[in-house]
Amino acid sequence: MAPSTAGAITLTINGEKHTLPVDNRTTLLDALRERLGLTGTKKGCDQGQCGACTVLLGGRRVVSCLQLAVAAEGREVTTIEGVADGERLHPVQQAFLDLDGFQCGYCTPGQICSAIAAIEEHAAGWPSAATTDVRPEAGIPPLTADEIRERMSGNLCRCGAYVSIVQAVARAAEDSARTAGRTDVTDVEGAA
Amino acid sequence: MREFDYRRASDVPGALALLGTEPEARYLGGGTNLVDLMKSGVERPALLVDVRELPLERIEVADDGVLRIGATVTNSDLAAHPEVRRRYPALTQAVLAGASGQLRNMATVGGNLLQRTRCAYFADVSKACNRRVPGSGCPAVAGEHRNHAILGASTHCVAVHPSDMGVALAAFDAVVHYATADGPGAVPLAEFYLPVGDTPHRETALPPGALITGVTLPPAPVAAASRYRKVRERASYAFAIGSVAAALDVRDGVVHDVRLAFGAVASRPWRAQAAERALIGGPATAEAFGAAADAELTAAEPLPGNGYKVTLIRNLVVAVLTELAEESRQTEEATR
Repeated sequence: MAPSTAGAITLTINGEKHTLPVDNRTTLLDALRERLGLTGTKKGCDQGQCGACTVLLGGRRVVSCLQLAVAAEGREVTTIEGVADGERLHPVQQAFLDLDGFQCGYCTPGQICSAIAAIEEHAAGWPSAATTDVRPEAGIPPLTADEIRERMSGNLCRCGAYVSIVQAVARAAEDSARTAGRTDVTDVEGAA
Repeated sequence: MREFDYRRASDVPGALALLGTEPEARYLGGGTNLVDLMKSGVERPALLVDVRELPLERIEVADDGVLRIGATVTNSDLAAHPEVRRRYPALTQAVLAGASGQLRNMATVGGNLLQRTRCAYFADVSKACNRRVPGSGCPAVAGEHRNHAILGASTHCVAVHPSDMGVALAAFDAVVHYATADGPGAVPLAEFYLPVGDTPHRETALPPGALITGVTLPPAPVAAASRYRKVRERASYAFAIGSVAAALDVRDGVVHDVRLAFGAVASRPWRAQAAERALIGGPATAEAFGAAADAELTAAEPLPGNGYKVTLIRNLVVAVLTELAEESRQTEEATR
């Protein structure tokens, strides 16, 4: 078996199949930005510490800077360019706009992708480090400001827009719960 | 980054065979540590064998009550699993105390055990490090070692193992299972990480080329009342400067069973057996908890810059065990 340090991969990105040759060293982040022109996903630290490069891989949030593109072969990727429904913004995008969940905007695509997944994880009943009682019998914890801060702690914002980000995530969670027939998932002020 | 070949394995024998084709090969799990180390040049594999698609992604309770956790189970799935949350809540808490939501979705149980120290000298290829380059020296002993080991270290290396998950696994007598070309094997987590001595570059008891296939936890009723508490320099998303996994079974004020392990104090998750022995059969009081912590920490050899960890761990032990004892007392009263 002769070593091969590059190869062609196929990714389904925002519902569309893309086949591209990549050097095995290419991260998913660099493939998206440099090869496919999807520059919404941002490069911050490139070390998995800031969350600016967050995308959804197979529906789950990941940091694309530590994901080798070749190891994502055959999988589905959703980037910030793919979260809206045509002209209709995703509820998390709308909440970030309505509640000023950003200042310079550089971390925002990662914040929004992360928040979309965080809201789904919470709705699926996943506890967090802020959850007092993690036993399944305790049920789904209310999405308090502490829960949101903990669940979003993988996304840094150098402008410090955290207060509004927490409100935006709470608003979006409330909206999505209402759509699913649940209410009062959060007690964050300004969210309802 | 060095150029490398990439192969995806679909079964365990295939993964072992692929790794055997190249002496400088590494298994790739979630990649959250390995890819980062490849970027900085600490790791320079010629071949990555991707094991993420191996059929090792299940968590199940066996007939004998043993919890079997596949090696490719993600940290997220481990933490969210109902049986883990019910039987070993401290394990869920430990996993959730580590990294971020994004990283927990990528990271795997096998990879978590094999992650490398976050010692800044290890991560910097321009610096000496006995763990990275045997015999090159350890600048941390006389340098920046605020978050380094107080137990079980040597003059050759004072780095700590960064895992939170491993601390809970150590408390609950986890066994690491692996496959080799010559057949399967298993090693208790207590013996999985080798003593540092003068060979810090030899980190685990895994045979060369072995692939971790899973972790088992024996049934432990005491673990149902367990807790993981982590201290770090910010509220979330940081490595521990000290942590404790504890489980406590108190009956009529007497310690019937106890499990105790410390994190961020040694090159491995530190099972506090001296403290456990001191507690069994004795009173469940803050004084006894403190004395038990002292019994364990008498072996501590702090460096000039990390003596705070001795006090920190002692305080954590007293706080967590006191909470668990109080909850146990309330449960006893409620069921009386």
